[in-house]
Amino acid sequence: MHLGRVMGTVVATVKAEGLDGVKFLLVQPLDKHRREDGAPVVAADAVAMAGPGELVYYVASREAAEALPERFVPVDHAIVGLVDHVELAEDDR
Amino acid sequence: MKIARVAGTVVSPISHPFFQGQRLLLCDLVDTDGSSNGYLIAVDVVDAGVGEQVLICDEGSSARQIFDIDSGPIRSVVVGIIDEIT
Repeated sequence: MHLGRVMGTVVATVKAEGLDGVKFLLVQPLDKHRREDGAPVVAADAVAMAGPGELVYYVASREAAEALPERFVPVDHAIVGLVDHVELAEDDR
Repeated sequence: MKIARVAGTVVSPISHPFFQGQRLLLCDLVDTDGSSNGYLIAVDVVDAGVGEQVLICDEGSSARQIFDIDSGPIRSVVVGIIDEIT
């Protein structure tokens, strides 16, 4: 799992079977110091509480779909938690 | 499995039910020469501390087996504390 920052929402009216009702968010992957790290991804919101600006952690690959109520859906990233803070060692902040 | 060093902990008040009560560790992935190569957030099952070198299993089926569940959005688990690499 990795840290990410929610950048916005993604709306798709036409989508594959099983994706109805799934909320998609645009997420910027971050490194451990919360700097941008790589290209944004579209992630399903499995906590139903994430919004723009929020620091989150997300799971990628097959396990992303496992976070949703319907497990066999074409999803490859899912937000599984909101992050309050990251506690790093003193010399690593 | 991957070799990593525990860099810190991730505090998450709101999460998917699976992660509630789980300890999340932010772990720097370590190359054979000791240099850092990205990071992973993993669930801790061995009570690893910050600064310790650990073994991470990064595969969903094995992770679900560890937690004895049929389904769950878990893939990365800290499964060992490394004493020594020779």
